[in-house]
Amino acid sequence: MSIKLGVPSKGRLMEKTFDWFARRGITLSRSGSEREYAGAVDGVQGVDLVLLSAGEIPRELAAGRVHLGVTGTDLVHEKLPRWEQQVEELEPLGFGDADLILAVPQCWIDVDTLEDLDAVAAAFRREHGHRLRIATKYHRLVREFLADAGVADYQLVDSQGATEGTVKIETAEMVADITSSGETLRANHLKILSDGLVLRSQATLWRSRVARYTGDEKTALKSLLARIDN
Amino acid sequence: MPNRSQIEAQAALLRQRFEVAGGVVVDPPLLQSAELLLDLYGEDIRARAYVTSDALRGEQMLRPDFTLPVVQMHMKNGAEPARYTYAGQVFRRQEHDPDRANEFVQVGYEVFDRSDPADADAEVFALFHLQLRGLELRVATGDIGILMAAVDGLQTTEVRKAALRRHIWRPRRFRALLDRFAGRSPMPESRRMLVSTSGALTGTVPEIGKRRAKEIDDRVEILRKDAAAPPVSDHEMAALEALLAVRETVPYAMEQMRDIAVDLPAILPALDRLEARAAAMKARGIDVDRLDFEASYGRTSMEYYDGFVFGFYAERRPDLPPIATGGRYDALTRLLGQGGEIPAVGGVIRPDLILTLAEETRS
Repeated sequence: MSIKLGVPSKGRLMEKTFDWFARRGITLSRSGSEREYAGAVDGVQGVDLVLLSAGEIPRELAAGRVHLGVTGTDLVHEKLPRWEQQVEELEPLGFGDADLILAVPQCWIDVDTLEDLDAVAAAFRREHGHRLRIATKYHRLVREFLADAGVADYQLVDSQGATEGTVKIETAEMVADITSSGETLRANHLKILSDGLVLRSQATLWRSRVARYTGDEKTALKSLLARIDN
Repeated sequence: MPNRSQIEAQAALLRQRFEVAGGVVVDPPLLQSAELLLDLYGEDIRARAYVTSDALRGEQMLRPDFTLPVVQMHMKNGAEPARYTYAGQVFRRQEHDPDRANEFVQVGYEVFDRSDPADADAEVFALFHLQLRGLELRVATGDIGILMAAVDGLQTTEVRKAALRRHIWRPRRFRALLDRFAGRSPMPESRRMLVSTSGALTGTVPEIGKRRAKEIDDRVEILRKDAAAPPVSDHEMAALEALLAVRETVPYAMEQMRDIAVDLPAILPALDRLEARAAAMKARGIDVDRLDFEASYGRTSMEYYDGFVFGFYAERRPDLPPIATGGRYDALTRLLGQGGEIPAVGGVIRPDLILTLAEETRS
């Protein structure tokens, strides 16, 4: 049997992952048509490529269905409670940089820190009769971050896309989202809280602590890791 | 590990004793409106309670405790005074520790009685003490009411006091606010710039969102006023810090806090209540002279206790959650009372943990 390497199935994340391995003498390629989610690995023995959505890779690692996987720190931390026990961080890949941040409307000139946010949340609730809404898809990370900072009187509303637009249409008062350059935020008249960095994320190679390895598979893992270390 | 039927039997026994003490058996539903829980605890409850939903009733939570539904039920149609008891499952989502149970049985006793709160505190505590006798437990007691009185009595602005009151149950934010109000932490640059200006500042960038310009201008005004207000004085800070650090047996704690009250006279009525409670406990056979009192105790639990608080812990098993906890929650009855309110105190015991400890003692 071979060990399974899970890689994002499309877009720049896939291409950059392929490039990253190529620079280490390992060629990853899609086998057959664009629709097929299997691939080929050349340059190292005993490794199978599985193409998956980046969001599914944490779960597959935690279930041990893939031995290695490439996905963002943000997704691993959000989707896997006690992630350290389920996966091991092998190597940051140096791309896919994204920060999970808290952003408020630029017109909130009185809000720059979490302390401000907390005070405003209390006043907002008194004024509007509901808690200040934060649009996000990173519920667990944001909740833990805010609990740790002692921010109260907010609520999380789920937003799986176009999160920055929720403030303008007034389905949320602020957002917690991934940003790389901050451009989308600025275009939507939002600004980042100075102490509102929830998580710094980048594409990372993970190893499942749950997956089982036969003798052959251990050998394959070793030779793959040896290539990566060089 | 005790099995389910052993736990049920132990729970029945505990509940029966509470019945003998005057508790009327109640059996609230497993599913609770998520809205109410969220209103009270905020988003943090989502990390602790299981949420489910249907199209008709919206979000529902598997009850994380009994106190809330019992208070709701009492405030709706309870006669006074009232004593209730219950036994049943509660559910707690666990995201960090797989060894903690996500479903366990609680047996509780709640007293709604306005005649003599000190005696009601003592009644509940003595009952729990009796239920747990024979087990080697450490008992912790405290009184959130003393801290609240200390905050209320500070010689500072109402805005600051309200902010501190709101965070009594979040010690870290409380500390940060206190340092800010005492001028001990540097003002963030952004705040310093903001308060050094005058006049309305909104209107330079597009206004978006539901929070209006007026709310923003109002807060800027509040910040300017706050920057001009004198810091909380050193002697008040020292007294407050001394108060937060009190950890003694009840008589010594009382003595220390009477000293502290020289600088924080606002806590005197709360200290009198503590003294009345201690006397009532003594009258019910509790060895108050050896009972521990910790002024900060109960600050990290769920935020509805606002007076007497207590907990029973297995000293030799620090890995176990408390065997029993309880306290006074007058403010909760006000919140859920739709105009009504009544002094209330109660607590819960975990029969499974009693059995675990008993097993250990035997082996």
